[in-house]
Amino acid sequence: MTQNKTDGPPRTVPIQSATFSGSVNAEIRRAAATGIYDIRGGGAKRKLPHFDDLLFLGASMSRYPLEGYREKCETSVTLGTRYAAKPIELDIPITIAGMSFGALSGPAKEALGRGATLAGTSTTTGDGGMTVEERGHSNKLVYQYLPSRYGMNPNDLRKADAIEIVVGQGAKPGGGGMLLGQKISDRVAEMRNLPKGIDQRSACRHPDWTGPDDLEIKILELREITNWQVPIYIKVGGARPYFDTTLAIKAGADVVVLDGMQGGTAATQDVFIEHVGQPILACIREAVRALQDLGMHREVQLIVSGGVRTGADVAKCMALGADAVAIGTAALIALGDNDPRWEDEYQKLGTTAGAYDDWHEGQDPAGITTQDPDLMARFDPIEGGRRLNNYLKVMTLEAQTIARACGKNHLHNLEPEDLCAITMEAAAMARIPLAGTDWYPGKPGTSY
Amino acid sequence: MQEFDLEAEGLRALNSALHAQNNDTNQTAWEILNPKGSHAIAVGLDAPIDVTVKGSTGYYCGGMNQQANIHVAGSVGPGVAENMMSGTVVIDGDASQYAGATGHGGTLVIKGNASSRCGISMKGIDIIVHGNVGHMSAFMAQSGNLVVCGDAGDALGDSIYEARLFVRGSVKSLGADCIEKEMRPEHLAILADLLDRGGVDADPSEFKRYGSARKLYNFNIDNAY
Repeated sequence: MTQNKTDGPPRTVPIQSATFSGSVNAEIRRAAATGIYDIRGGGAKRKLPHFDDLLFLGASMSRYPLEGYREKCETSVTLGTRYAAKPIELDIPITIAGMSFGALSGPAKEALGRGATLAGTSTTTGDGGMTVEERGHSNKLVYQYLPSRYGMNPNDLRKADAIEIVVGQGAKPGGGGMLLGQKISDRVAEMRNLPKGIDQRSACRHPDWTGPDDLEIKILELREITNWQVPIYIKVGGARPYFDTTLAIKAGADVVVLDGMQGGTAATQDVFIEHVGQPILACIREAVRALQDLGMHREVQLIVSGGVRTGADVAKCMALGADAVAIGTAALIALGDNDPRWEDEYQKLGTTAGAYDDWHEGQDPAGITTQDPDLMARFDPIEGGRRLNNYLKVMTLEAQTIARACGKNHLHNLEPEDLCAITMEAAAMARIPLAGTDWYPGKPGTSY
Repeated sequence: MQEFDLEAEGLRALNSALHAQNNDTNQTAWEILNPKGSHAIAVGLDAPIDVTVKGSTGYYCGGMNQQANIHVAGSVGPGVAENMMSGTVVIDGDASQYAGATGHGGTLVIKGNASSRCGISMKGIDIIVHGNVGHMSAFMAQSGNLVVCGDAGDALGDSIYEARLFVRGSVKSLGADCIEKEMRPEHLAILADLLDRGGVDADPSEFKRYGSARKLYNFNIDNAY
């Protein structure tokens, strides 16, 4: 193996640096050539401790399972029971995360509404305001209240089934966003009250409040405007989940939405996505601890997001103490994003199916993350809605299958005891015993 | 005249009563007594009514107003008339931070001074301040007009888009991408109308106009090397 083909003394084979890998070097060369940092969409792509590092134990001698197909296993969830006169009742605990009209096309937003409605769950607006097609096709629509306040108006606010105050998101806690000029069509520009074709910055902090004490008053204002009818969520990125959750509860949230660093964004700096924030696995138990410390677990509901892909992921989130999950990237994939059927066109864009993340450039071959009329025409919102509904149903069935195997007649009855961890990192982050032991790093009463 | 004692009847009752008014209401004049710095007074109104608040208020007075004419006979806390869509809000005294933040329309008149971030992210509202404004006013201001009859603090109009800023006094510093612009006849006419609506007796020619240099409008995203 180490023998050189030519005559002479043996030589070592070339060894690539693990630190300066091919992709790292390519990025250095790209930066050196352009002088600009890389912007992309999506969430963290690096390998992180995740739900795959947890396993369910299932029933055995000490646990009694439910029949896998016949016995009832409930999936419903009620969100916003703390203050709202009209909490949101969902058939399944899988919601659609906020994604803006502007980042997504109108038909894509319509498809999210259609799919969510068929599945009995909610969808969420995003930066840029509420579109007619989204409201019209969404039985339960959560209206995001963002720092930019693009498209924000009291009429739409009163049409919402819930209001989600976005403090941060997992892909970029502490950061704002940018919808680049290529995607600013006449309609997007009009909704955001800015000229067509210019980049539209989404601010990193709200314009009229600066901390949790102010936020408490802001929530009072929003409740007064909407006559205390609808739940108010607070969404935070996975930064300091114990304190963020504590302060969100203090500020008066009905629901806390917690988004880990695998959660997607339409566009931000790659360095931000990959180097700021925490994986969702590390956040859930801390948020639940905050809820429990304040006696608010299950009274203030917890929605978690960031890399939820399967019914197993859903079940693990529930077992760790969440009330529901939200999906964004997975929903886009269900609609047809990054589908290999468009491989030729991905190649022309210098990428490949599964890796395409330049959503901000508006050239999405699948017609989902674009405002280009020709590309948008490729996407059928009815078919997209059907696909999303199918996917949500499969996730739900998967989660039910696992819950029944653990002897649970409601997904909410899943608990940490049902889990084990297969890595030390996951055990430490999720406070779940390492497989084959009753121990996890940092467990109270243990020496290390 | 509908008289409402806020201290006695409470905020929820007040806003409920005001929300119950519509375009055909005959209860067009309201007077709110004993505001005592309360927050969220007269928020989310959507009827052509006149509301007078007899005293000073806390946060977000007149927030998201539509159609109503709100007059505060006192000073206001942060976020007065935030996200206003239409109508007018007139403040006899001073305004704290974020006055008129993200307002889409209507007119906000502050007869005293306004604190920092006045007109932040404004989206079409007209704001007329008789006195001074604090730092970072008109930050990321998208459209509409901000008239300052006194002085402006640091970083006026930072990252401004298409809003127009008119200042009679000094400007401590301009923010990123904000520059002084030529005051052409059409701007003098616009300003004269704004001064008239704001009840200001001033000569438009004494003002300078500021706006966007438009150098930050497009980020260079050519990363496809």
